[in-house]
Amino acid sequence: MIKEYHLTMSEKVKVTIDGITVEVEPGTTILNAARQIGGDIVPPAMCYYSKLEGSGGKCRTCIVKVSKGSEKDPRPMPKLVASCRTTVMDGMEVQNITSPEVIEARSGVVEMLLINHPLDCPVCDQAGECDLQNLGYEHGLQKTRYEFERRTFERIDIGDKIQLHMNRCILCYRCVFTADQITNKRVHGILNRGDHSEISTYIQTAVDNDFSGNVIDVCPVGALTDKTFRFKNRVWFTKPVDAHRDCPTCSGKVTLWYKGEDVLRVTARKDIYGEVEEFICNTCRFDKKKTADWTIEHPTHISDTSVISSNHYETMIPLPVIQEDLRLQEANKVELEKTAKF
Amino acid sequence: MEPLTSKKKILIQKPLNFAERMYLPALGKGLAITISHFFKKEATIRYPEVQREMSINWRGMHSLKRDEDGKERCTACGLCALSCPAEAITMIAAERKPEEKDLYREEKYAAVYEINMLRCIFCGLCEEACPKEAIYLDGPIVPSDYLRKDFIYGKDKLVEEPLVKK
Repeated sequence: MIKEYHLTMSEKVKVTIDGITVEVEPGTTILNAARQIGGDIVPPAMCYYSKLEGSGGKCRTCIVKVSKGSEKDPRPMPKLVASCRTTVMDGMEVQNITSPEVIEARSGVVEMLLINHPLDCPVCDQAGECDLQNLGYEHGLQKTRYEFERRTFERIDIGDKIQLHMNRCILCYRCVFTADQITNKRVHGILNRGDHSEISTYIQTAVDNDFSGNVIDVCPVGALTDKTFRFKNRVWFTKPVDAHRDCPTCSGKVTLWYKGEDVLRVTARKDIYGEVEEFICNTCRFDKKKTADWTIEHPTHISDTSVISSNHYETMIPLPVIQEDLRLQEANKVELEKTAKF
Repeated sequence: MEPLTSKKKILIQKPLNFAERMYLPALGKGLAITISHFFKKEATIRYPEVQREMSINWRGMHSLKRDEDGKERCTACGLCALSCPAEAITMIAAERKPEEKDLYREEKYAAVYEINMLRCIFCGLCEEACPKEAIYLDGPIVPSDYLRKDFIYGKDKLVEEPLVKK
């Protein structure tokens, strides 16, 4: 037993990301190794989705610098690599936020992603929980340098519940992988090539599957949106609540987005990287919009830095103005007891 | 103690005479001040009829702007309501129909836009937050009223008059 334990320990490989060392299984990607450490050093990802097989390698936002290839071959890798597609080697050293080269290259990638992306955040329903918006805020320029016309498309209805805004698409292929993985018969994919590529369902055939609504959740931008929630309200005015129900087709674990008494929207639960925990079925997503349909658990935990949690923070974190002094706290307590006595 | 300066004024108190006891000199002085004000410039204005000129950064009643074609600029993005520290702004968005293209600039517009003028503190953060340059606090002082419900200003009071085409 102990021997086996040692064996597995020795099989693990050591990788250092921004000076933090972590031991991971061989075959893990750099991105997943960074996610095991967590915090600021995790590269952002627009196309990689841990729940979708084969995703990643499209958007290039997760690029990192490998300053030491491995213990055996310590030469650095010649170019920045996509961390979602590069597996770790023993003794590898990776720089993400500590390397100015990576930060600069990433802001270049963001600029490229925003070339054809319209600046219609005030209209877009995804605003407030949009990965591209966050990325643009952190890395993007204030202005665009692109002088040509952005490519434009008409809105397309995929079925009667999902809407596709091809204008906003960044071609991450996540929805294609979802369709591939969750449905047995794919009905939507990418047409044309290069600059002309676009997501389509081939003559707008309705995506007819119980889980087709999940393409809305996996979309990192507002290209695929929920038609039942269209223009209903801004995300940050709604209150997310975790709930579940007995669903014959899916796990039934969802997040309900309340405005007052009404459930405006139902989505799958998302983790800190914005990836859904479990895919939910269309009945749960589109048809069960009454509180009576659900067993409510608790308010969803939303990061304090998110706009969604503005004006209703769940934890009180006072600013560290005064240094904590235990002696002072003790003295205050004694004084309080004295006054209570009188 | 020795005086520190030589500028010492010695007050002489005398008993008041009859006229002083009847307040006559004091009355005369007071009346002189009052009458002198008749000939000075007025400090007040007749408010509702005459309006004082405000400074250029004065913040008064809100107005929702139209663009050069007379379309409403507001797209109901909700950033003004989010930035409002007094939570005075509420809105309901709606989707523009194809025949309403001349009325609204973007595909989404504010069907209902309400500002509670009793809550508003005229801080101007909504103006700063607006990405569409749709709201400005360039109006007059908000007039007084009798009922609380009358202070909730809807689009009928907020939206600018449409442009008259010549």
